Amino acid sequence: MKLIYLFYFLVFPGFLFTSIVGLLLTWIDRKVTARIHWRVGPPWYQPFADFLKLLSKETLIPSGAHKVIFLLAPILSILAMTVIAVMLFLMNFFPEKSFIGDLIVLLYLFALPPLGLIIGGSASKNPLSAVGASREMTLYFGYELPFLAAILITVIKTNGLIQIGEIINFQHVNGPIFYSISGIIAMIISLFVIQAKLGYVPFDIAEAEQEIMAGPILEYSGLALALFRLSKAMMFFLLPCFLVTIYWGGLTHWTAILKVLLLVVIIILIKNTNPRLRIDQALKFFWLILLPFAIIGIILAFNNL
Amino acid sequence: MKDIRIQGLKKSPWVFHVAAASCNNCDIEILDLLTPRFDVERFGIVLVGSPKHADALLVTGVINRKSLPRVLRVYEQTPKPCLVIGIGTCTCDTHIFKHSYNVVGPYNKYLPVDVYIPGCPPKPEAMILGIVKALQKL
Repeated sequence: MKLIYLFYFLVFPGFLFTSIVGLLLTWIDRKVTARIHWRVGPPWYQPFADFLKLLSKETLIPSGAHKVIFLLAPILSILAMTVIAVMLFLMNFFPEKSFIGDLIVLLYLFALPPLGLIIGGSASKNPLSAVGASREMTLYFGYELPFLAAILITVIKTNGLIQIGEIINFQHVNGPIFYSISGIIAMIISLFVIQAKLGYVPFDIAEAEQEIMAGPILEYSGLALALFRLSKAMMFFLLPCFLVTIYWGGLTHWTAILKVLLLVVIIILIKNTNPRLRIDQALKFFWLILLPFAIIGIILAFNNL
Repeated sequence: MKDIRIQGLKKSPWVFHVAAASCNNCDIEILDLLTPRFDVERFGIVLVGSPKHADALLVTGVINRKSLPRVLRVYEQTPKPCLVIGIGTCTCDTHIFKHSYNVVGPYNKYLPVDVYIPGCPPKPEAMILGIVKALQKL
């Protein structure tokens, strides 16, 4: 009974499965980007080769950095992603295992990877990393408010359920939340928000390669960098899964694969067709455009639209 | 174990561009190399913004008294194993700057350069050939 949980965490919905699928999705990302640029793009094993190469390189710790916090920050991200994977998949396939308030637990766990970036960037004693960490923090405050408002639409539509298993059951009975006006609004807002959570192009302000080199992960090399990239790849898989779970009927049906892939391709297309925003523009976008939009969605959801 | 390290380096060399006081000609050719037209991502080559992430340093230009400590610093910050790729004739010898008061000599006095790509500037095709040869040599 206890060993099966070890299996859940390490192999199937947990670490191994999620990281392999996430790395394959980053390959899809790079390949689609390459096709948009009218070039061939990397072979399918490219993310795995990158990961193995980073594992075999030495890990440098900058002088003056806080060693423990510097090295623990990527582990924090990767642990959060593993726990999210296990919770999300177990609650999809065994809805009776979910508990009241697990939606809120998942939201807080999704806040940990940006926190890992902020901690790691601040601990690395590099001015550019500090700038990146502060931008990440600002961006986090920007996107979290519309994201909570968008998830509130689900909660309102399901008559106040904050239990993922129950939300999935509700959608099985009454149809997915996405098939209503407020559901569409929630999905659009969430797509923009996960773009920012992943740090992809319109909102890659924290990692802006051309201005502040790589932001919080600037000083990372070797294993630590590999873990950061892996946690980002896992997030790239888990965030669309999360959206499909709470808006689009759960992951149990085989069409869920197509839904997740569709969301991933939409993310990649947004990434490739937009320039980077400044941090103040991004904040204005989230608070002054998406938040009123989300409030309209909430009002529509109260009226069962 | 060593084999895996070399294989990983072969399949995904991330490059960092060190412009050690060149005349900008080679730098512009490197930017050309990284455009979609030549598509170096086929070989896993990606331009990164920090020497801490890099596996290969693309050095251009002659080393002079001002740029030498900086180039050495960048080399020290690069996690090993790493490649050093000299781009342009200036990196092979000191080219037309040979008799300048400020030039401190060719690269191989200070850095273990793995491959030299001559040309003033070399074409992007020549750079791809040179990098692929350097990777095969590993």
